[in-house]
Order: sequence, then structure tokens, then C-alpha cells
Amino acid sequence: MAEEKKPCLCGSGLTKIYGTGVQKNVAVDHVDFDCCQNEVISIVGESGSGKTTLAKMLLGLTKPTEGEIYFQGKKRDISNMKKKKEYWKRIQAIFQDPYSSFNTFNKIDAVLLDCIAMRNGKKYTRAKKIEIMEEACCFVNLEFDELTNKYPFELSGGQMQRLMIARVFILKPEILIADEPTSMIDACSRATILEMLMKLRKEIGMTIIFITHDIGLAYYISDTVFIMERGKIVESGPAEQVILHPKEEYTRRLISDVPKIHEEWDLSSVKYG
Amino acid sequence: MKTALQQVFHSRKFVTGFAIFMAILLTVFLYPLIIQDEPLAILGQGNFFPPGIYVNIYDSIHSKSYVLNLKDAASKRIGKILTDQSRQDIKEWLVSYGVPEDQIDINDTESLLSQWEENYDSSISLPGMTFAKQRYFQRLDESVNGLLSSEGVVISEVNQETGNLDQTNTIDQSEYVHINEVANVRILPLGTDNFGRDVLTELVKATGVSLKIGLIAGVVATLIGLTLGLLSGYVGGLVDDIIMFVTNLFTVIPSFVLLILISFSIGQDNRGATTIAVVIGLTSWVWTARAVRSQVISLRNRDHVNLSKLSGHSTAHIILNDILPYIASYVVMALILQVSSAILSEASLSILGLGPRTTEVPTLGLMMNWAMIYQAHILGKWWAYFPVIVVIALITFSMNLMNTGLDQVFNPTLRD
Amino acid sequence: MENVILEVKDLTTKYVTRFSEDVYAVDHVSLKTAEGKTLGIAGESGCGKSTLALSLMGYYFAPLHYISGEIRINGRNISSMDPDEIRKTILGTEISYIPQAAMNALNPTQKVIHFIEDVIQAHNPKTSKKEIYELARERFEILGLPADVLQKYPVELSGGMKQRTVIATSVILCPKILIADEPSSALDVTSQKMVIKMLRDLMENGFIKSMIFITHELPLLYNVADDIMVMYAGQIVEQGTAQEVVFDPLHPYSKGLMNSIIVPENGARGVKLSAIPGTPPNLKKPPQGCRFAERCKYVQPTCKTHEIDLQESEDGRAYRCAFSQNYLRKAYKNG
Repeated sequence: MAEEKKPCLCGSGLTKIYGTGVQKNVAVDHVDFDCCQNEVISIVGESGSGKTTLAKMLLGLTKPTEGEIYFQGKKRDISNMKKKKEYWKRIQAIFQDPYSSFNTFNKIDAVLLDCIAMRNGKKYTRAKKIEIMEEACCFVNLEFDELTNKYPFELSGGQMQRLMIARVFILKPEILIADEPTSMIDACSRATILEMLMKLRKEIGMTIIFITHDIGLAYYISDTVFIMERGKIVESGPAEQVILHPKEEYTRRLISDVPKIHEEWDLSSVKYG
Repeated sequence: MKTALQQVFHSRKFVTGFAIFMAILLTVFLYPLIIQDEPLAILGQGNFFPPGIYVNIYDSIHSKSYVLNLKDAASKRIGKILTDQSRQDIKEWLVSYGVPEDQIDINDTESLLSQWEENYDSSISLPGMTFAKQRYFQRLDESVNGLLSSEGVVISEVNQETGNLDQTNTIDQSEYVHINEVANVRILPLGTDNFGRDVLTELVKATGVSLKIGLIAGVVATLIGLTLGLLSGYVGGLVDDIIMFVTNLFTVIPSFVLLILISFSIGQDNRGATTIAVVIGLTSWVWTARAVRSQVISLRNRDHVNLSKLSGHSTAHIILNDILPYIASYVVMALILQVSSAILSEASLSILGLGPRTTEVPTLGLMMNWAMIYQAHILGKWWAYFPVIVVIALITFSMNLMNTGLDQVFNPTLRD
Repeated sequence: MENVILEVKDLTTKYVTRFSEDVYAVDHVSLKTAEGKTLGIAGESGCGKSTLALSLMGYYFAPLHYISGEIRINGRNISSMDPDEIRKTILGTEISYIPQAAMNALNPTQKVIHFIEDVIQAHNPKTSKKEIYELARERFEILGLPADVLQKYPVELSGGMKQRTVIATSVILCPKILIADEPSSALDVTSQKMVIKMLRDLMENGFIKSMIFITHELPLLYNVADDIMVMYAGQIVEQGTAQEVVFDPLHPYSKGLMNSIIVPENGARGVKLSAIPGTPPNLKKPPQGCRFAERCKYVQPTCKTHEIDLQESEDGRAYRCAFSQNYLRKAYKNG
């Protein structure tokens, strides 16, 4: 990974404003942001900091009110359905809540078949499709035979998130935006999910943009960290530097608020607000 | 699809509702095949014949007679006419006429009737007695006349040649006919209405017509509401603003007023059942549109919709596959509410005289209307309106049961 | 001798699913909490820790059923009391319980003070509104909640503030023990810290005597609890002080849990996370023998056939594994 860094996804002056007048709410406020190929970056912020809105803009699900997004050096163009589809072949996502990420009326097979279709595999034979699905399920330690003809809601939260990763495995995008993929599942399943994401990254060499509120998690997995507060990026830099030597007051507070095991967790500094 | 259907029919609620609804539908379809009367044919001369078996007197006379000597026949006959109440009334009349109270024994039929016969004169008007009361006593007098007689009834016919009455037959008090041997016996299970029509036949026809009105109106309203709601909720922006503007307009103007105005402007002659149904549908989609829109708005930001977008599906595909199934139960519920409210709207319109043309078909609303105008509820003629209420209740009840059952299937997470 | 507040012996409870299947979510659990101490319970979702929290209150209603065991508060056995009596004399005054989404339980149409009036008047109907207000104001001030919160509606408060309000309300009658079931997992880190600080204040001010804290977040548990119990598939698999359980876990499952800890601390990046393979067993038919055997790295054939008892050592630690402490420690060292 020491080779020259190629810019992969950049945003300049990204702004999203919801509502007008009194109800005007600036969710993302002139965010400049860039990530390089093959990097794992984290966007850390508390709830309401605008990190999910930023992720949706990067994914092209929400239109920015202002600002531009550059994809691989070029201005991103997703003005029509065809271009959008092309874009989504190269950028994919995992969402926070596995329980609402799947259409409860579609079987698990349908989810995976959609991905195969997206990879121009519509004309594959049935056997070939099954082979791809089996491979994907195997990658995330799920048994395809047990999943086929089941509905997503019959799985546990951790299994559903693994299914999401299987989906990404089939699509093999260049960028993966993971929006709090572990916040709704237990600590032990979390390790499994992270392990698989990292394995997947190694396997297909993709860039991961990790959206999280867990600064420990960000520190653990990412190369670069962006700290977001109320729609603005307040601090950014290599993970080691930002987490171990934070410059901003907000970052420092965020880190001190997380319970730790080797260092003392100082409760006396709590100011009730 | 097949498994979904199986699940639907495993739901006890749905099956119960479905059974009731099918029973109603089957009756609507099969009844006319068995009873081939015109639903609006006027059978009875006079109004509100009570439910029961009607035996033709003429045919009875000419039927073969059987003699049965039953002991209690006479007392039953007297009891039917001389009820406790009429005994009391007779006593009341006699007392106010001047017969000493202690001489009257209302339990002694013979002496009571002889006192009555002795004293009663229809021309006498007692002080403080209303005209209606006088008429009542005249009728009472006629009915008790000859009550104690043990003679038979003489049947005479007019002799065509001489013009005299020839006695052709006498009927003793102990003579009976077999009901199967009487040529004309008509069962009117729900009696007749104010026009003398058979209520049951009319009710079956009315149920069919009202269901048709309800279904047409419900489908029209749901289709409009669903389309507008989906567009407005999913597309958003200007489309949403325009649709919501129209929807708000319809919300502000009470739909019933609109309904009255439209019905009135169509004119009595052009108002068929279908026209009324479409008009009701056109004025009642607002609720569905709003409900669908709010559902869609909360759904369109859900991650499964985002995931579907990321999988490259078109807007139409997303609306059909990722939005519609989630609101299907709401839509079905809305449809059911629309159907039952359309049946009620039709009834309300009919009460105002703006319903379908009265000459062609009966509807549940029209039947209620007729019963109300002819004061069936005040006169205690329950058969003219109560069965109608029961049918309306059954239709709504069965549809709601089906809805709850479907809800459990459409929302797999609700399944138990 | 320390003053024991809550003592539970061999408590077994089950709940019945809609299909009338029995789920033994709490299986022969014994525990003790002393005055001034916090007992932490850790485990994956579905291991029975929330069911345990409900069972500890002695207040059983369908689908939860009591089977056997004893619950004593200050020596008084509450497991044989009838639910109505428990509701009147135990809940709120002896035990209080805060579920995870407690903050969503506030009726949005009532002011905060109304809930406090409800709680107090349910136990002392004669207390006047003025007295209640004074008490509530004083209590809120000690706990760092502004007094004007009392006159607000729940929607006017932030999530963290709501949660703290609920906690302050539920301990207004100074219960002896507070059972907190993931009280902060729906909150962001800053509000979480405030909630924890407040729980500690409660203990320090003597408003509660002892606390049971349930969570799956180990770093949090380590900082809150004095002792930690690890639950797996309805059973206690390990018990010890926080320090011991986190840094020197004995049971392979606890070891697995500790390996999934992520904290923003120097050196955390180098640590290799390791996940426990597989899924927890179905409690409708718990497996024979050790319940963790299916997922255990160190499994032996006998593990799957022999029921293993909780081994208690003299230093107060306990773990449910067939191997000796030394064997396990050595095995963990070698990876």
C-alpha cells in the first residue's frame, strides 16, 4: 500500500440543508473531504452530527444542496438512471440497521440474485448463479443451503449484516460505505463483522469509508479519521495522530467520554448539560 | 404466491370473515335462481305485513277438509281474540257506560260477552273518549261478534241465473285443511314493506346492488388515492406540493356536500347505481391518498429502499416491490373502509332522495329510507329495517375480519 | 462481614413462547450483592441477562414464569410473595428497574413532575403535591438535573436528559437495589457518561444501596462494576472482580468476549481482534454437557457429554469449565 496514493472520492464544500425558514436545518455544512484508493477512512461523530447525511450524499442517494463530489478525479455525473447504475456498480453500502435493510417480502436469494444481475450476470445459468451465491455465503461463514428460500427476518442481526457483506462480495465495488455496520449488534458479533470487512478489503482491494460513533472502532480499523461535529469536520488526519494526540477540544472530549480499560475513565470531569 | 395464499387461508380470522362474506355473496347469487320474483314486485295490498306463512283462504275452502276434534280449539279461538287487554278494555267501557264495577267479572267470558252485547251500542259516544278509542271499540265489537257461537260458517255463492245466494257449503269449527293441499301458500320470512313488497327478496337484491356500489366506489377511491399517494409520497417535491394542494382542497370541502352537489346536478333520471358508485368513489379518495402518502414518506427513507436503489432498480420497480407490499395491508384496509363507507354514503344520499333512481333497483340505503319514511321504527315493524342493519353490519364485520387476517400475512413480522 | 443487600440462590425461571415452548433463560443462577457494590452482568444478546433482570424483581407475569430458587432482600424472601404484594411493597421501595428504552416509556402528554407524583402517591397516597415537588427538586439538584425539568414535557428533553430523568424518578423512593438493564446503550457516548456519573452519584449519596448493571459493552462494565458475572445460555459461566474477569478471564467464553474489546487507547490498533465462531445455542433445547462446547476452541469429547458445575475457588472466583485455572491460563498464553 506504499505506492502512490490515487484520489478516489472527494467532496468539496458539500452542504445539505433540510427544510426552509424557521425549520432550516443545516445537516452538513461545507465539508471538504477526500479519500484515497485502498484506504480505510472513518467519519466519527455523535448522533445528529450529519455523518449519515454525508454518507447518503456520497452514495448519491441524496442530492447535496451545495458543493461537488469528485469520483476518481472527475466530477461525479449521476444525472440519469443509467449513469446512476454505473456509479452504484462501483460504490456500495452497508447500512446501520440490519433489521430494516432488507425487503421483508423478498427472499434472501432475491437479494443476492439482484447483485449478480447488477454484475451483468443476468444471463448466467442457474447453476452458475448458485455457485456465485454459494461462494459469497461461504465467504461470510453462512451456509447457502440454509439460507435459500428463507426470509431475511428469520436471521439474527449478525447474520443479516454478514449477508450484507456477502452482497458486497458479489458486487466487488471499488468503494464501500459502511454506515455504522456494527452499532446494532453485540460486541462479539462485531468482531466477526469487522474481521470479514477487512478480509473482503484485502481480497478485492477496495476503499472503505467507515461511518461510526465509536471512536475506538475508528481507531482500530482506519488509516485516516475525520471527526464531525454538527455538520462540520473539526479534525482530520491519520488515526494514530488524531486519537492519541487530539488537537481539538471536541475530539478530546469525545475520546475522554469513551470508557477504557487500561487508562482511567475520569467521571469527575462530567459536566451535566 | 401459492404459499402466501396458503398462509391467508390458515388465518382463522380471515377464514371466518371470508366465510361470512362468501355466504352473503352466495345468497345474492343463488337466491334469485330459487325465488324468481321481481325484487320490486308489489305483492301485498297494504303495508308492513308481518313475517310468516300466508295461506290462501279461497283455496282453503276448496281444499279437502279433515275433522279433528281438539278440546282446546274453542278456548284458543276465544283467547286469540279476547286477550286480557281487550277484556280489560271491555270492562272499562262497561264501567264508564254505567254498569256497576262489582258486577263485571273479566274472567268469566260468557257473562262478560253477554253484558257487552246487552249494553254496547256503537252510536253511543261516551264522554272523554277519543275518536280513535271509539273506532277501537267498534272494531272490538265486530271481532267478538258471534265468538261464542258453535255454529259453522255458511259458504254461499251467487247464482248467476237467479241472482240469489245459494248455500254451497258449511264449514264446521272442527274442520281442518292440510297445508300442503292448499294450492297457494306463500312464506314471507321477513314480511312485506310499506309498498307490500317481499322484504327478503328485496333485501337480497339490495345487498347485491349495495355491494356493487360499495365495491365500485371503493375500487375507484382506492385506485385514485393509491396512485396519488404513491406519486406524492415517493416522488416528492413539486409533484407532492401539487397533489397535496388538490388533496387539501378536497379535505376542506366536506366530501358529502360535494357528493350532494354532484348527485343533484346529474339529475334524477341519469342516476343509476353505477353512476352513484363512481361519484361516491370520486369524492372519497382523500383519506386513502393521505394515509398512503404518509406511509410512503416513512418508507422511502428506509434502508431497504436505499439498498434497492443501490441494486440498480428503477423507480417503478422500487414502488412496486419495495413500497407497495409494505403498504398493501393499509391499502386493503382502506379499501374495506371505503367499501363500507360507500355503502353508508349511498344510504345517506338515498335518505336525501339523491340516491339511485328508485324505480329500478332497491339498495340497502333505499330500503332503510323507505322504512324510515313510513315510520317502520315507530310502528314497531322491525322486519322492514332490522334485517337491513344486520346485513350492513355483517358485510363490514366480515370485511374487517378478512383485513385483519390479511394484515398478518402481508406483515410477516406480525405473524404469530 | 459486609452487608448483603440482595441474595439469590439457584433461581430458575422460564418463559413460554407463543407456541407454548418453554425457554429456560435463567438456569440455576445464584448471586449476591453487598452494600455499596455494583454487580455487572455481561453476555451476548439472547443469553438471558435481561430475563435475569426481570426475574430478580420477583414480579412474574406471563410469559415469564417462576420455577425454583430464592430471592432475598435484606434477608427477606420475596420469591414466595404474590405479585400484588410485590408490586405494592417491593417495587420502587426495595427494587427499581430501568429497562434499555426507559426513556421512551414517558407519556408525552404529561409533565415530568406528574410521573414523580404517580410514583410517590402510589406508595404514600397522602403526600401533598407541594411536598413531592420539594423532594423532587432537591433530589434533581443533587443529581445535576435542573429543577425546571420537572415542569417540562418529555418531548422537550434530549435523549440523555430523558434517560436521567427516568432514572431519578425510578429511585425517588430510595430503593435498596437498582437493576439497570443497558441503561445507556441507546445514547451517544457523552450522554452515556452522564448517565454513568449519575448512577455513581446515586450510590454515593445513599439513594440506592447496591446496583446490578447489565450490558454487553465490556469496557463500560469494567468501569462501572466492582464484580462481573458472565452469562452464557442462561447460566453463569464466570464470576469475579472486574479486574480479574477482564484481565484474567478463565472461561473460554469470557476470554473470547475480552478478545472483542475495542478501545481508543494507545496500542489498541496492534491487538488482534478475535471473534467467537458460531452462534449461541437455542435455549428451547439446551445442548447436553457444557453449553459452550460447540463454539469452544479447547473442547474435549467429555465436554459434550458431562454437565459441568460452577467451580468456586477460595479467592471468590468461579467458572464453569472442566479445566483447571492453570491449564486455561497456559492455553490462552499460547493462543
